[in-house]
Amino acid sequence: MASLLTIEDLRTEIRLRSATVHALEGVSLSVEAGECLGIVGESGSGKTMTALSIMQLLPPGGHIVGGKISLDGQVISSLSDDGMRHVRGNEVGMIFQDPMTSLNPTMTIGDQIAETVLLHRGADAKTARARAIEVLGLVGMPRPAERVSNYPHQLSGGMRQRVMIAMALACEPKLLIADEPTTALDVTIQKQILELIDDLRHRLGMAVILVTHDLGVIAGRADRAAVMYAGRVVETTTTARLFANPRHPYTEALFGALPEKAADQSQRLYSIPGMPPDLTAPPAGCKFAARCRYVQDSCRQTEPDLEGDTWDHAFRCFFPVGQAGDDEGVTQHHETAIVRERLEQAAQPQDGEALLRVDNLVKNFSVTSGAVLQRKIGEVSAVADVSFKIRPGATFGVVGESGCGKTTIGRLIAGLEKANGGAIVLDGEDLTRLSKRERRRRAPKVQLMFQDSYASMDPRMRVGPILREPLAIQNIGSRSEQNDKIAAILDEVGLPRASVDRYPHEFSGGQRQRLGLARALILSPQLVVADEPVSALDVSIQAQILNLMLDLQRDLGLTYLFISHDLSVVRYLSENIGVMYLGKLVETGPADDVYYRPVHPYTRGLIDTVPVADPALAQAREDKGVAGELPSAINPPSGCRFRTRCPRAQELCAQEEPPLRPFAANGHMAACHFPLREPEGATLTTAAS
Amino acid sequence: MSLAGGSPEPLPTDIKSGPMSDVGVAVVGYPEDADGAVAAGLLPAGKPRSTFRRGLEVFVENKLAVTGVCIFAFMILFCFIGPLVYHTNQLKVDFAHEELPPSGAHLLGTDASGFDVLGRLMSAGQISLEVGIAAALLATVVGVMWGAIAGYIGGFVDSFMMRIVDALLSIPTLFLALVVVSIITPSKPVLILVIALTSWLTTSRLVRGEALSLRTRDYVQAMKVMGGGGTRAVFRHIAPNAIGTIMVNATFQVADAIALIVALSYLGLGIRPPQQDWGGMLSNGVQYVYDGYWWLIIPAGFCIVIVIAAAIFIGEGLRDAVEVRLQRR
Repeated sequence: MASLLTIEDLRTEIRLRSATVHALEGVSLSVEAGECLGIVGESGSGKTMTALSIMQLLPPGGHIVGGKISLDGQVISSLSDDGMRHVRGNEVGMIFQDPMTSLNPTMTIGDQIAETVLLHRGADAKTARARAIEVLGLVGMPRPAERVSNYPHQLSGGMRQRVMIAMALACEPKLLIADEPTTALDVTIQKQILELIDDLRHRLGMAVILVTHDLGVIAGRADRAAVMYAGRVVETTTTARLFANPRHPYTEALFGALPEKAADQSQRLYSIPGMPPDLTAPPAGCKFAARCRYVQDSCRQTEPDLEGDTWDHAFRCFFPVGQAGDDEGVTQHHETAIVRERLEQAAQPQDGEALLRVDNLVKNFSVTSGAVLQRKIGEVSAVADVSFKIRPGATFGVVGESGCGKTTIGRLIAGLEKANGGAIVLDGEDLTRLSKRERRRRAPKVQLMFQDSYASMDPRMRVGPILREPLAIQNIGSRSEQNDKIAAILDEVGLPRASVDRYPHEFSGGQRQRLGLARALILSPQLVVADEPVSALDVSIQAQILNLMLDLQRDLGLTYLFISHDLSVVRYLSENIGVMYLGKLVETGPADDVYYRPVHPYTRGLIDTVPVADPALAQAREDKGVAGELPSAINPPSGCRFRTRCPRAQELCAQEEPPLRPFAANGHMAACHFPLREPEGATLTTAAS
Repeated sequence: MSLAGGSPEPLPTDIKSGPMSDVGVAVVGYPEDADGAVAAGLLPAGKPRSTFRRGLEVFVENKLAVTGVCIFAFMILFCFIGPLVYHTNQLKVDFAHEELPPSGAHLLGTDASGFDVLGRLMSAGQISLEVGIAAALLATVVGVMWGAIAGYIGGFVDSFMMRIVDALLSIPTLFLALVVVSIITPSKPVLILVIALTSWLTTSRLVRGEALSLRTRDYVQAMKVMGGGGTRAVFRHIAPNAIGTIMVNATFQVADAIALIVALSYLGLGIRPPQQDWGGMLSNGVQYVYDGYWWLIIPAGFCIVIVIAAAIFIGEGLRDAVEVRLQRR
């Protein structure tokens, strides 16, 4: 059977001012009709370049220099721009990462969808509009006939992505290329969009190429997967086989770096050392050799071909890992036993003095209008009555979707915002009651680690002055003492001492995050607030940073408040978790208890929506998850704020706000009228405070 | 743990550094060291260079900008050092030698009052350049202060200060200048004030925007978390990061100011005789356009065009040089 799309030995180059990037080298792939192919890889691996090469939408300086791409028997790689115009949008549809920048803000969504129909089908305006309404309905847009005349800014992020999909589908393409379609979206929306793509694929019988950095995304969706590294396909096989029996050391290492695969912190994440090779001057031999655990001398001389011992499992490696040949009955990991053991540990109540106690914290942001008078027209309830505590040396993880108030909590504790109510008690002292001046003097006790370390460093300062600044502000030590301290902290985070003469932009993403950590630690803080410190990093680099954070916690006795949208990272790192929804803490307790035995429907839904790198589990979770989108925090729903999206909601939920009540002796608490299970022991409700 | 090649030495360093997010341009890795700790990777290759050096490199690469600097430097030498070498009479009217074509005695001929055109070009240039540069500096200083205060304080103060700017901006520049100049006799200081008065507005808007955005940058927030205050924010972070934009704007202001004083003089409202600037020379020369006295028009026009063009080239070169993104290539 001829494949719908075949790519043979594709080579793409990007010419820069001073060098040429060999972005793709000998990429060969094929996609059958109606099939979903997942392409995974880290940034710079060439996965997006592959997608753009198919569409011939390469960035300036980009050229296909070799190979052949054929669609349905027709060679499209040699087509002229005019010829390609017929293919793009008509035979091949494409969805981009950020729906906001890919939609024209001055055109209604209906006109934008109709545009492709007008162009390719020669339909008249009326038919095109009818088609637009039809496809909007197809992608699950509520009331499509009304929405068709909306502008992109009137829609939420998830809805915009639906519009993008509608545009791609308007002409019923045979192939849909989705380039990181959900990376800019929240997990609950991500699940909905992925499900939609999957559903449409089955209904319309089109093939899908799903390009992503997230192994979890392809686990549940793709039939086959291709792993890319340094512009090459390093392994390709069926998704189930790839996850059960990875043969290339890079694929194996990627799995090892996933925090959800690690049972607990005692199990270190495998982090791939170093960084991907420079593609302007790629090294000879296997491109992964420099970072490979199993490297031998021959790997550095010749590059292995993409071949395998069974017909549908090919990899580029001389010394493959895993089991050769037939891989039936490959070992499943025994998660259940580990989980039971950990739950027993978690059942022990945790006592002791708290380092940080947050009591009934409230933060509202005013919404103002008018240029001069700035009348207050409303209030965003960012943090509403949140309480938790962290014992010294422990990690408290805060998870939630964007807009749930988790970052605001971090900023309140770090002193960047002033609370409207409640107390932040650190080491017995209420930080909210201090004067500005006094609060500044307490700054060394709490330090913040930013998501984007690069943005958090003055681009005009070298690393030395950047690390010295906190010491200078707090008047700590003489200049030579400061220098010693800087050298020591650079050693601590694994950066060479010569870094002090460099500018932040000269470092890679992972190195910058190390610098960010170094700056946060140089004042010897008791508490480090880490706001999404790894979410901008690739999996392998993420593992390096998480390991480093754990090592430093153990060595220096640090306490972390770890804020993230990624439940699996939070579970791996934290002792206790707090789940936030629209400014409220809805569930809190020991990490494993919350993760494996959630009480609140939202927590359950959140766990079910997180993509897991396990095809069987991903399929089991198919129909679960959180429906709908986050309501506005300006007028949060009455009663329980989650009720608008909750499958268990009843009338009581709208009338009465559920209090946070204990569900187990170990501090597991949740705010729900109709929890997923009843509290352990009736006495608990009265005994606990 | 396995040692890659058994060597903890860094891999070859002849590789360019680059941001990770870019198309595969990255730094080469580092094998696990003997302790099993993962080294964070190699330092970028090459000597560390200061922001100034990197900016200079980008600037020097821009041929037009370098040409602009050369022209500007030449014009300043020509106008201020030239008269010391090339002595001419620029005070006494000499009707015996009026409107002479270029010759050995008068390289660019003489004008209607018998002044040597080349010498006149030099003394007129002094006025144009002095007024232009001084007005641009004054406008920049006022504009930066106004904009920075509005942007940093924000809120009501910001709205109030910016509405004043909006109101003044609604008056056409040339019109305002004409009104002021027809009330007060124009002298050099008056002209400087008038031009500065009309051109600080755009600078203040620019700087206010810059301050507003710099104030919320993560690195200013990071400094606050360390316990730093407003003074440090303004002088250590906001000002140094805004200085590039300010410099670029000041350069364009010079071009604008020269153009404005030329326009005023051309309309006869510039500096009063016997002093004259390039605009005045042009205005006088245009009266003889049908007589074929090209030396009364072309030299002055040429000076005006190349000085303004040079300032704009320098400004564009500076804009590239202060753009950190371009430095990185």
